[in-house]
Amino acid sequence: MDRKPKIRTRNLSKVFGPRPERAFTFLKEGGSKLEAQEKLGLAVGVYDVSLDIYEGETFVLMGLSGSGKSTLLRLLNRLHEPTAGQIFIDDIELTALNKRELIEARRTKFMGMVFQQFAILPHRTVLENVEYGLEVQGVDKAQRREKALEATELVGLKGWEDSYPSQLSGGMQQRVGLARSLAVDADILLMDEAFSALDPLIRKEMQDELIELQSRMNKTIVFVTHDLDEALKLGDRIAIMKDAQVVQVGTAEEILTAPADDYVKAFVEGVDRTGVLTAGSIMQPVKETAHVRDGPRTILTKLRRSGLSGILVVDSERQVQGYLTSENLVEQLESARASQERLEMARVDEIVTVSEETPLQDLIAIASETSGPVPVVDDRQRLRGVVVKGSILAALAPTDTETDAASQEATSV
Amino acid sequence: MFDFRIPLRDWVEAFVDFLQTYLGAFFDGFADVTETIIDALLAVLQGSPSIVVIVVLSLLAFWLAGWRTGLFALLGLFLVENIGLWTPFLQTLALVLTAQILIMIVGIPLGILSASSDTAEKIMRPILDFMQTMPAFVYLVPAVIFFGIGLVPGVVATLVFALPPLIRLVNLGIRQVPSDLVEAAEAFGSTGWQKLVKVQFPVALPTIMAGINQSIMLNLSMVVIAGMIGARGLGAEVLRGIQRINVGQGFEAGLAVVILAIVLDRITASFGKAGGPKTG
Repeated sequence: MDRKPKIRTRNLSKVFGPRPERAFTFLKEGGSKLEAQEKLGLAVGVYDVSLDIYEGETFVLMGLSGSGKSTLLRLLNRLHEPTAGQIFIDDIELTALNKRELIEARRTKFMGMVFQQFAILPHRTVLENVEYGLEVQGVDKAQRREKALEATELVGLKGWEDSYPSQLSGGMQQRVGLARSLAVDADILLMDEAFSALDPLIRKEMQDELIELQSRMNKTIVFVTHDLDEALKLGDRIAIMKDAQVVQVGTAEEILTAPADDYVKAFVEGVDRTGVLTAGSIMQPVKETAHVRDGPRTILTKLRRSGLSGILVVDSERQVQGYLTSENLVEQLESARASQERLEMARVDEIVTVSEETPLQDLIAIASETSGPVPVVDDRQRLRGVVVKGSILAALAPTDTETDAASQEATSV
Repeated sequence: MFDFRIPLRDWVEAFVDFLQTYLGAFFDGFADVTETIIDALLAVLQGSPSIVVIVVLSLLAFWLAGWRTGLFALLGLFLVENIGLWTPFLQTLALVLTAQILIMIVGIPLGILSASSDTAEKIMRPILDFMQTMPAFVYLVPAVIFFGIGLVPGVVATLVFALPPLIRLVNLGIRQVPSDLVEAAEAFGSTGWQKLVKVQFPVALPTIMAGINQSIMLNLSMVVIAGMIGARGLGAEVLRGIQRINVGQGFEAGLAVVILAIVLDRITASFGKAGGPKTG
């Protein structure tokens, strides 16, 4: 991914209430946000957030209600005025613009916005709603009609252009909201719990469509949600917010495998990890391998020494050739006709390999059909590690014992 | 309790004198403008044959509020014409319409102002309470002092009396526009004016129309009272009936007021419903 920051925030804070600066000295002197609320009557919405959001990524702000995620989103286009700190969009300091420049910046450069409750105008038709952003910019009628029709088609509302919002289902209304943002052709799309009000099936459908649209458009999307599954599904990176602050920023895998603190850990418990975790993140190092030129007795020694019930066979380039169980090895040793000098490849079972990117859900299917471990290989088929059933189970059960369970299980391979 | 009495009435009188002295020219100008509007309306209404006015008004009611109101207007106006109250009826109508125009010119911007600023709302609320609860007759005297006898003080007293509900409902309607709609308007780069005319006002329209409907009803009730200070029209007819203890005459004039009220109510109420389909 191109690592050019599109949006940067520096020490961004928002405090609601009279003379909000009081909150900063209070917090610096060790007061809590709850005390600030009780003693000063000030609500700290966002406190000291510095983030880089890169061009073309889908960045998810995630947290429980009251964590400040929606406030942070509204700071990004200054729907809320920051109390302190700076916001940069490309090279423009958004926080330094006056009112007129801000309106101009919202129009020409930046943001579409999609809302939880859709926020489309009841007195306008679908097409008139989609046109709204262009209309306030003063784009002439023919041109904005054309763009609006394009956006309406893009979100799958062709044929509904002249309907009123009251005639549409929730999902369709949100498509109107999305089309309105797409029509202005903004670089940045802000989405505030955009799919939270939709029922689960429609929601999944909209998520899939957003991913599909994003793959074609490559906008910078900032997506707010309280649903971790949604965050993991949509987000290239995720920022987890708690009590007005960002506690961890990272990819889905980073957050699942290395939660920054107990709060995040508690948060990621119970999440559906199968679509997020990959073979690469749960694989174990290979302790022992058999070489194709090893004799059966050498292999037996290796097996005994490592206490494994089977062993992966590799060639001199560490490319996986198959899997040899101890039973097969013993049979070869006991068979009179068999060579005692060289391993008979006929006794080695063929084995399915996976890449590091294989998601956990595919891995489960593969692992259930084989008796042995699943070797993880790189793009030149060289062995990188193994996934054993134990590590899959451990990954599905999000507890502290994750690594222990997996390593114990690995010894039985 | 005390020998000292707070000279409230003296203060009020001094204040009225002060206004009369320093704002007299303004009041005269206002009176001229109002008079011109009323005269123009009356010239049109009285200049046309009564049958034409009846048919036009009935068609208007039919078109805006449906066939029931249209039919009611036709029969009602015919009755008014028939019992010889046509001229006072038109005078009252002209007075109501003029007052309503002024009410809207003043009330809608004040409502918008009070919706856009909490301070403005805080200042305006007690003033509106005062205007609404002070007995209407009390306005009549200063109105006469400032504007003389006739239609204009009637309009002014009506203005004071019927303005509050409109300001309140415009304020309420705009404040009740869902905040995400306002945020959406801002996020897409609307100016304050665009936000107002493209989002807030249209979305608040049903409530604003209810405010117009309310003010027109209060307006009508006040116009009748204005008969006491020499405003010609149905109010003066009612008053005449009372003074002569002529029940029939008073009833006829009162019925004409009711007919006018019903027609105006149905027509203005229909605007509120025509505010476009709403989200469920």
